[in-house]
Amino acid sequence: MVRFILRRFTVAILVALTVLTLSFLLTRLSGDLAISIAGPNATQQDVELIRQAYGLNRPLAQQYFDWLLRAVQGDFGESYFFKDRVANLIAHRLPITLTLGLVGLALALVVALPLGIIAAVREGSYVDRGVMLVALVGQAMPSFWLGLILMVVLGLNLGWLPISGTGGWEYYVMPGIVLSFSAIPSLMRLTRSGMIEALSSDYIRTARAKGLSRLSILVKHGFRNAAIPVVSIAAVQLGFMLGGSIVIETVFAMHGVGYLAWESISKNDFPVVQAVILVLALIYIALTLLADLLNAVLDPRLRTS
Amino acid sequence: MSGAVLPGSGATRRLLRNATFVIGALIVGLVVVVAIVAPWIAPYDPYAIDLGRRLVPPAWMEGGTPANWLGTDQLGRDYLSRLIYGARISLIIGVATVITSGVIGTTLGVLGGFYGGRVDDVVMFLITARLSIPVVLVALAVAGLLGTSFLLVILVLGLLLWDRFAVVARSTTMQLRTLDYVSAAWCAGSSHASVLLREILPNIATHLAVVATLEMALAILLEAALSFLGLGVPAPLPSWGLMISEAKEYMFFTPWVILVPGVALFVLVFGVNLLGDALRDMLGTDLTR
Repeated sequence: MVRFILRRFTVAILVALTVLTLSFLLTRLSGDLAISIAGPNATQQDVELIRQAYGLNRPLAQQYFDWLLRAVQGDFGESYFFKDRVANLIAHRLPITLTLGLVGLALALVVALPLGIIAAVREGSYVDRGVMLVALVGQAMPSFWLGLILMVVLGLNLGWLPISGTGGWEYYVMPGIVLSFSAIPSLMRLTRSGMIEALSSDYIRTARAKGLSRLSILVKHGFRNAAIPVVSIAAVQLGFMLGGSIVIETVFAMHGVGYLAWESISKNDFPVVQAVILVLALIYIALTLLADLLNAVLDPRLRTS
Repeated sequence: MSGAVLPGSGATRRLLRNATFVIGALIVGLVVVVAIVAPWIAPYDPYAIDLGRRLVPPAWMEGGTPANWLGTDQLGRDYLSRLIYGARISLIIGVATVITSGVIGTTLGVLGGFYGGRVDDVVMFLITARLSIPVVLVALAVAGLLGTSFLLVILVLGLLLWDRFAVVARSTTMQLRTLDYVSAAWCAGSSHASVLLREILPNIATHLAVVATLEMALAILLEAALSFLGLGVPAPLPSWGLMISEAKEYMFFTPWVILVPGVALFVLVFGVNLLGDALRDMLGTDLTR
C-alpha cells in the first residue's frame, strides 16, 4: 500500500513538472513573445522596451528556471492586461469554475446513476436501448450550441432562468446542465457495465438465495461493487469538465477561470493563460491521484498491483 | 473479452443487420457525398454576400422563399450553400485529425504494449501527462499565439487527441504479444519491425477503427467549439461552429439561425458515434483508460 501511494505520488509530481515545462514552452511557440505582447501596432522600440521589462532578453534556460521557481511557489507574475497579480485573479475566479464543475458533476450523477442501473437491470430491453440512445445523444451534443438553445428556450421564451452572467444559484443551472452533458454518457455506460458484471456474480446469487429483497440486493450488493470504478471516473470527469468549462463560461459570460483565460487569450495576456492552464492541469492531476487512492482503499485487490 | 481478430465476411453481414450501424453509415455516407459533390449541388456561392436579402427565413417559415431553402444569414449568404460547404470543413478536420493523432497514438501504444518495461513506463507517463492538459484551453492559446488557420486546427487537435489511440493500441498489443502466431513469427526469424507491422498492427486495426470513429466525432465537435470561440478556422469559411457564432447575435429574434448549423453538426457527430458504437459492441473494445 505504501509503495503504491509513493509510486503514484512520484508519477503525479513528474506529470506536474512536465505540464509546467510544456506551458512555459507553449508561450514561446510564436518565437518572440515580446512581439506577441506588444501587439500588431507596436514599433520596434516598443518591442525592445517590453523585452527589457519582462526579462525576455535573458537566455531561455534562465527564464525557464526563474519562472519555474516562482510558479512552484504560487507566483505566476503579473497580468499585462488586468494589472493585477495573476494569483489574485485566479483566486477570485476559481470558486465560480469549481462551483460550476461540481454542479455539473452532481447533475450528471443524478441522471447517469439511476439510468445506468435501470439499463443494467433490464439489459437488452427497450429501456436499455433507450438509455444507450440517451448516451449517444449526449455524446453528440455540441455543448456551446446546447447552451445557446437553453438560453433561447429557458431564458427568453419561458423566462425561468437568467440568460447569462455571474450571480446566485440560478445562474449556475443552465451552464450546469450543459456541462453535465459531457459527463453523463461515460458515467452511464460505466454504471451500466459495472452493474451488469456485479449482478451476474456469485455473491448476488448468494444474496438472492438468502431471500433478500430486490432493492436491497441492487443497492447493497450490486451498486456498492459497481460504484468503485464510477467513483474514480467521476473524479476524472470533474477534471475534464473543469478543463472544458472555458467554452460554457464564455457562452454564458460566467466570470470563472475559463472566461478569464478566454479574455486573456484575446488580449495576448500570456502569464494569465499559462497560469490557468497550469491550475486546471494541477487540479486534474490531484483529482486523478485522489481517484486512484480512493480506488485502492475501496478495492483491496488493487493495492498490490 | 473478444479476440482481436479481423472480422471476416460473417462479421460484415452481422454489421449490416445492426440497425445502429446502418443508420450511422447512412448519415455519414450522406454527409460525405454532399461534401464531395458540394460545387454541383450548392444552389449559390457560399461566400456571395447580398446585403439586400439578410436573414431571410427558411422556405417553410413565414416570409421564407423557395429560392433560399434554408434562408440566408446576417450577410445575405445562402444558408443551404454554406451548410453544404461546411460539411467539407467538418469532415476534412475530422479525418485529418484522426490520421495525425492515430499515427502518434498507435506508435506509442504499440511500442509500450509490445516492449513493456521501461518503454511502457514512458508511454504510460506520456498518456498521463497528455490527459492532464486541458485540450480546449491549449488549442485556444496556440491559436491566440500563432493566429487562426485551417491547418493549425488540424495540427493542434491531432497533437492533442492521441491518448485514446495509445491506450487501446497498448492494451490490445499486450494481449497479442504472447499469442502463438506472434511467437511463430519470432521463431521464423522475423525482425522487430516486421512482427510489429505485419503481425500486430493488422490485428489491432479493427479496435483502432473504433477509436478512430469516436475521436473523429470529438474532433468535429472541438473544431466547431474552437471556431465558435473565434479561434478555430478563420472567417469567412463556412464552418458550422463559425456559422453559429456569427448568427448568435440574432438568435433571440430568429432562433433558426443557430438551429440550422447546430442540427447539422449534431446529426453528423451522432452518425459517426453510431458507427463507432456498433463497431465497439461487435468487437468488445475496452475504452476505459
